[in-house]
Amino acid sequence: MSTPIRQTLEVPVAEGSDGERYSLRMGPQHPATHGVLRVDLELDGETIVECTPQVGYLHRGFEKLAESRTHTQNLILTDRLDYIAAMANNVGYCVAVERLLGIEAPLRARYIRTIVAEMSRLCSHLLWLATHALDIGAMTVFLYCFREREILLDLFEELCGARLTFSYTRIGGVRQDVTRHFVDELQRFLDLFPSKIEEYETLIDTNRIWLKRTVGVGRISGEEALALGLTGACLRGSGVDYDVRKHEPYDAYGLVDFEVPLGTEGDIYARYRCRMEELHQSVRIIQQCLDQLPPGPIVSEDAPDLVMPLKPVAKVKPETSRFGTATITLDRSKTLYPDGDVYVATEVPKGELGFYFVSDGTSRPYRMHIRSPSFIHIAALGVIARGELIADLIANIGSLDVVLGESDR
Amino acid sequence: MNILLLLVWIVVLFCVVMLHVAYATYFERKIIGHMQVRLGPMRVGWHGLLQPIADGVKSFFKEDIVPDNADRPTFLAAPIICLVAMMASLAVLPFASGWVLADIDIGLLFVFAMSSLASYGVVLAGWASNSKYSFLGGLRSMAQVISYEISMGLSLVGVMLMAGSLNLTRIVEAQGDSFLSMYLFPQAIGFFVFFISMLAETNRVPFDLPEAETELVSGYSTEYSGMRYAIFFMAEYIGMMVMAAIGTVCFLGGWHGPFAVPWFPALWFVGKIYLFMFLFIWIRATLPRYRYDQLMDLGWKLLIPLALVNIVLTACFKALFG
Repeated sequence: MSTPIRQTLEVPVAEGSDGERYSLRMGPQHPATHGVLRVDLELDGETIVECTPQVGYLHRGFEKLAESRTHTQNLILTDRLDYIAAMANNVGYCVAVERLLGIEAPLRARYIRTIVAEMSRLCSHLLWLATHALDIGAMTVFLYCFREREILLDLFEELCGARLTFSYTRIGGVRQDVTRHFVDELQRFLDLFPSKIEEYETLIDTNRIWLKRTVGVGRISGEEALALGLTGACLRGSGVDYDVRKHEPYDAYGLVDFEVPLGTEGDIYARYRCRMEELHQSVRIIQQCLDQLPPGPIVSEDAPDLVMPLKPVAKVKPETSRFGTATITLDRSKTLYPDGDVYVATEVPKGELGFYFVSDGTSRPYRMHIRSPSFIHIAALGVIARGELIADLIANIGSLDVVLGESDR
Repeated sequence: MNILLLLVWIVVLFCVVMLHVAYATYFERKIIGHMQVRLGPMRVGWHGLLQPIADGVKSFFKEDIVPDNADRPTFLAAPIICLVAMMASLAVLPFASGWVLADIDIGLLFVFAMSSLASYGVVLAGWASNSKYSFLGGLRSMAQVISYEISMGLSLVGVMLMAGSLNLTRIVEAQGDSFLSMYLFPQAIGFFVFFISMLAETNRVPFDLPEAETELVSGYSTEYSGMRYAIFFMAEYIGMMVMAAIGTVCFLGGWHGPFAVPWFPALWFVGKIYLFMFLFIWIRATLPRYRYDQLMDLGWKLLIPLALVNIVLTACFKALFG
């Protein structure tokens, strides 16, 4: 089978160039590498001949760490993956563990989780737009985006007390119910936000320089994107209709109406347009969730850290009780966690975030693998950037929307 | 006696310009701050008014690091070349009628020569730092200055034709009887080309490629620190002011204004310079950055032909009606 990925590419030698190359190591400390990405470049003038992304500077060993902690405890690790959209990771993790356990969150919790996941998509896309624009040189958009992100972070703070690492969802539901005030404030934000999107678009969307820097740059075809394993807006920008929310709905995504924006060109501009449209769609999803928000409990009665108080079958073993109520191991005769493995994907702002668990029947995962979109997107950078200019590489890094915390784990 | 007086004037001009440079940074940070829904400097002095002084003191006391592998003499000289060239072009600027240090007949050419010389500082800085980012910054600067110097020079030929002189004082005087006493309207194309070239010449957004922060870290000045970095900074701001002054002299009628201000005849001139500075800052807050090859395209394929058209048009009008 022939692979559609560009393996080698004839790099046109710039006119007047003697073909002499030199190497440039960009990062891990560089203003535009969004954290600690290192890119090893081979350059001919300013043209990139070879581009090798290097990751691992932010490796914290989450997957190994997870093996010695219970599923409930591992939730806080997911906050630190994609710290820009921690709430979406929380949701993804909980959905995965629930699938492993075979339980389902109550309807109200599922709606709330959909709301917070979409809010975190807004947060993430706002931060992406801010830094992407800053990379290309438009400074003001950066602060405008932060202005709106601030409102969302305040809302998160009201909801769960944290602004960055939320750990708000729990296996089988969410931790606290939404307040009336939160709903009102969120509604006010939803009314305000579309006009703000328009504001960003007037600043950059019709700007000739912006168009010149993005249209036709960093182009990637649909087949190539699939072969590279791209997901999220990077894949949809190339015209491939794939969105986990739509194709394998979880939480309340099956119950609300929304569209998956698609691009055709697969260039930086298409990815940009996709994400901008997603902002509109997220607003739409949150609005529907708020309107439909049903009453009821916010956490399932089968939730593992609730089994103890509600169902008298469980006994606390003295040697495990030091972990507090969160990690009560059950009577050995009743297995809460089944044997076997499960892979569950959710759509986080960056793409498809998958959790793969191998469970041996204890409350700790035997193995937890995280399929992080950023890691896979960074790998694509080497293919996309080859043959383009340094300035385009910067635009491409921004456009792939990578977070190193998620990539390096 | 005359020389002594001249020296006093030089010192006065130097101090006044330096003060303006210091406060131009404050002006920029404040304006950009407010455009970006934040406050800008607020801590040092009332509304941050002492911020430039604090910055100056800070950079003065900072360690002056010279990289081991740098070409030491060139590395040390580069910022000085920039600053001296920029300061030298101040000498020919007519701030008001008779307020000029050197009223020479090739004033405009002199300013061009000096601003080209200043780009040597940038190129040498990039070269001498022995760092790849600096090197790329220096290369970009060289290509940029060469291309935009041409379009800028050509855009001013129309003005020279109309005024019939290269002496800056005479150019201003020649504008006295045109509409609003400016060449802005008859030389609209020239002004358009000049304005864009001016942005490129001073390495300002959207042409700040030599120091493109997100690409080249800080471009040619990556390896510089302390006072030497500050000198580059000063040179950039003086460069902005000189270019703004040239724009004012050639297109906005220099010191002419709607009414005369007897106690400070340079008021209109300074006001117009600050108008230009405000435009510089406004553009910086609004536009993204061009790519290297697009910048070249714009310069050679759009601006230079436009400037040539302008010359032909001006010459024809001058021959037919002048």
